[in-house]
Amino acid sequence: MVTVTHYVVASAALFCIGLAGVMSRRNVLMILLCVELMLNAANLLFVAYSKAWGNLHGQMIVFFVITVAAAEVTVGLAIAILMMRQRNTLDADAVQSMKW
Amino acid sequence: MAETVFFYIFTSLMLAAAIAVVRHRSPMYSVLSLLVVMFCLSGLFVMLGAYFLAAIQVLLYAGAVLVLFLYVLMLLNLSPDSLNRANVFIQPVAGITAAGLLFVALCRVATQSPLPPTPTVAQPGTIEALGRLLFRDYLLPFELTSFLILAAIIGAVTLAKGKSPS
Repeated sequence: MVTVTHYVVASAALFCIGLAGVMSRRNVLMILLCVELMLNAANLLFVAYSKAWGNLHGQMIVFFVITVAAAEVTVGLAIAILMMRQRNTLDADAVQSMKW
Repeated sequence: MAETVFFYIFTSLMLAAAIAVVRHRSPMYSVLSLLVVMFCLSGLFVMLGAYFLAAIQVLLYAGAVLVLFLYVLMLLNLSPDSLNRANVFIQPVAGITAAGLLFVALCRVATQSPLPPTPTVAQPGTIEALGRLLFRDYLLPFELTSFLILAAIIGAVTLAKGKSPS
């Protein structure tokens, strides 16, 4: 029998893999991909609890999260193109002029 | 129990593909592994009764977002030098440690948090049910989303266009 807890643990594992990726990769594109993983882990959690509570509001949240993620990827990839054009690198550590 | 079997198939495939996303050297293979993750998540959504979201997941993520990623990867035409991992040893260690600790904490929360009081009857997330909810209760967020997407389009065009000839 698959309960909600199974889905929560699967979602937590997916989120943690994404977190490890964000912390260990330095390529801007890879960081964006790992952020997508983390967003999808949150989506899975919302849908699982939506089923457990028997209403559809969690699924509505996922709908908006997917939309916002699409917008975020668009702007993020534009920034990556700009970074490649101006600095000729995709290393996140190379862009540090706003670092305190 | 077909449900249990399919749950473990989808979840193990999803986690293996997610690890491949994080660990693989080439961003191209990472994007393709993320495609596998998306399809497995879509299968899990179907098992949870979210049919519309499963379709949206394949259409929007696999169809739009990942194609955008692949397009940008091919456009940038990365040299092998720029793909070298940072030779700082501390970063992967810190990442794996933080992720492991967070996973333990989240598992404790998952096993100890109270479940819904009564086993409620699940509503299937069909297009009709979700559309009714979207255009009645969530009309204002839906309209605001259109502004967000418009802002994202204008921002992306402005950023990627380069210098204006003024």
